[in-house]
Amino acid sequence: MKIGVLVKQVPGSEASLRIQPDQSWIDESTLEFEMNESDSYALEEALQICEKTGEGEVVAISMGPAVRTTKVLREALAKGAHRAIHIVEEMPYEIDPMLVGQIIKNAIAEEQFDLLLSGLQSNDLSQGQTGLLVGEMLGMNTATLIMETEIQDGSIRVKRELEGQWFQWITIPLPAVLTIQSGINQPRYPSLKGIMGAKKKEIKAVSKEDLLEDHSRLQSFGNIYIQKKDKRTEMIEGGSAEIVERLVEVFRNEIKVL
Amino acid sequence: MDILVFLEEQQGKIHRMSREAVVAAQQFAQDHGLKVSALILGDSDNVLSAEAADFGVDECIIAAHPLLDTYSADGFTTAFAQIIQTENPRYIFMGHSYMVRDFIPRVSARLHCPFIGDVIGVTDQDGSPAFIKQVFNAKMVTDVHPVENGPVLVSFQAATYPAEKLVSGSPARREVPINLAESDVRATSEEPFQEASGGVDLTAADLIISIGRGIGKQENIPVAEALAKKLNAELASSRPLVDAGWMPPQRQVGSSGQSVSPKLYFALGISGAIQHVIGMKGSKNVVAINKDPDAPIFEIADYGIVGDILELMPLLTEAIP
Ligand SMILES: Cc1cc2nc3c(=O)[nH]c(=O)nc-3n(C[C@H](O)[C@H](O)[C@H](O)COP(=O)(O)OP(=O)(O)OC[C@H]3O[C@@H](n4cnc5c(N)ncnc54)[C@H](O)[C@@H]3O)c2cc1C
Repeated sequence: MKIGVLVKQVPGSEASLRIQPDQSWIDESTLEFEMNESDSYALEEALQICEKTGEGEVVAISMGPAVRTTKVLREALAKGAHRAIHIVEEMPYEIDPMLVGQIIKNAIAEEQFDLLLSGLQSNDLSQGQTGLLVGEMLGMNTATLIMETEIQDGSIRVKRELEGQWFQWITIPLPAVLTIQSGINQPRYPSLKGIMGAKKKEIKAVSKEDLLEDHSRLQSFGNIYIQKKDKRTEMIEGGSAEIVERLVEVFRNEIKVL
Repeated sequence: MDILVFLEEQQGKIHRMSREAVVAAQQFAQDHGLKVSALILGDSDNVLSAEAADFGVDECIIAAHPLLDTYSADGFTTAFAQIIQTENPRYIFMGHSYMVRDFIPRVSARLHCPFIGDVIGVTDQDGSPAFIKQVFNAKMVTDVHPVENGPVLVSFQAATYPAEKLVSGSPARREVPINLAESDVRATSEEPFQEASGGVDLTAADLIISIGRGIGKQENIPVAEALAKKLNAELASSRPLVDAGWMPPQRQVGSSGQSVSPKLYFALGISGAIQHVIGMKGSKNVVAINKDPDAPIFEIADYGIVGDILELMPLLTEAIP
């Protein structure tokens, strides 16, 4: 089983984000980036499938600037991915999902993966399209929001999450693209041995420009801005003791739950 | 064709988010002098078309085909793409539902037309509409502009438009053929199912204390449990705590968990992602504590405290009589 995993680097969930003065993007100068949450579940699932079937290869793929992308790919290699493909991209980043899909498709077409996994969406732009676009472009079967996988002969049976706490098993022939929902497994931590071993594994660098066949965007972003809020929240301020006192008062006299 | 709205089925009815998309289309059509068509896929039993018979749209297009009576990404992608090709709508509106997430990107790739997903509003600059989309964990937004003049796929975030505002009318009914063979549908689907609830029913709870990733580690959960006990409240959580195995799935609130509407929803260390908010926005009172003053949860909270839950929880437990 040859499995590709798309992993993206995104600002950490605790990061405090600021908009650049020209409003074209966020200010990245002080940000720490980490592997997108659902992508780390996708990586774990790929590693487990590979371990279960006892053969095969996991290839991690990421597009982004040098330092942070290498960091995320090294992490994937340390956890057990066999090699990696780094699609080198500097600012301004491609935001059109169709072009991102096209670039990734061209980067991986010759790999002929049996399975291509990604998280269901990234926590930065939350497009939730990349895996499916690549799948459709490569003529692969697709399924989204996956919570369990079962490899069968020439196909894969997957448990999809539906709305309102419903689930459904479907079976699709390979090759297939799956987008993975968080919670499908418990992602591992890299071992010391894994971290050491990762240094010797291959990260193939390819340039985004070489992979782009058609430069015309189908959609573009305007400025990044903060939306005005309409709801008025009463902010309770002061020292801890004052806050607690006011809260008890709110519970007792305003919401009337005490 | 101007605007085509996709009416999706959910448990034998038109999905609430599709109704919201109809409202979006009605308002957009009025602002721009456009016509609205609605689209139903499948529906051999005419249940959805009967429900849509009083929608205030110009026409209702029914693409009935036995292979479309149950959803498959393959079948729906093929049918949807055929309809867009023959009808050539400028805009295709829909809800940003799980089904739309599952197959619309494929329609987009197949027809090479843009999909602008999870939109929270429409803006108009010099007569060319753009669609407002949240970025970076909903902390900021941007206007997304379709570049060319071909069809644009747009899905709206839940609750962007109120379904109750749907204007009624009497649409013309038109049936269109779909070219679909058994071999086009490569997936085999089993029956949908729900998992056992474990006897927890948060929907009936009057008071809910809900914890998020701000709880930090599993060892801190008893601190929240103590507070819940003192307040006589049910303990709930956001999804990441369930994913980590710290909280049981039945106690998750949100679009993939329970929908609750208690008298008090006390959100502790929850950022307020839309998928969480969908499950609790019906609460009568929302009180939130978060250490980040920009956390989106404060947009829907009645009372907000910028602070550390680990410090405030024990103090509050003690202060409650
Ligand atoms: C299809 C889909 C379905 C989903 N379904 C659901 C769902 O049903 N329910 C759900 O909840 N999510 C769901 N999610 C996930 C959702 O998008 C968010 O990722 C999730 O709600 C975030 O949970 P959180 O607020 O606990 O964590 P985070 O977003 O990481 O927020 C943690 C918050 O805690 C604050 N904090 C940290 N430490 C402290 C402290 N000591 N004191 C005070 N505050 C602190 C931080 O400032 C931050 O705001 C779904 C996502 C998708 C894509």
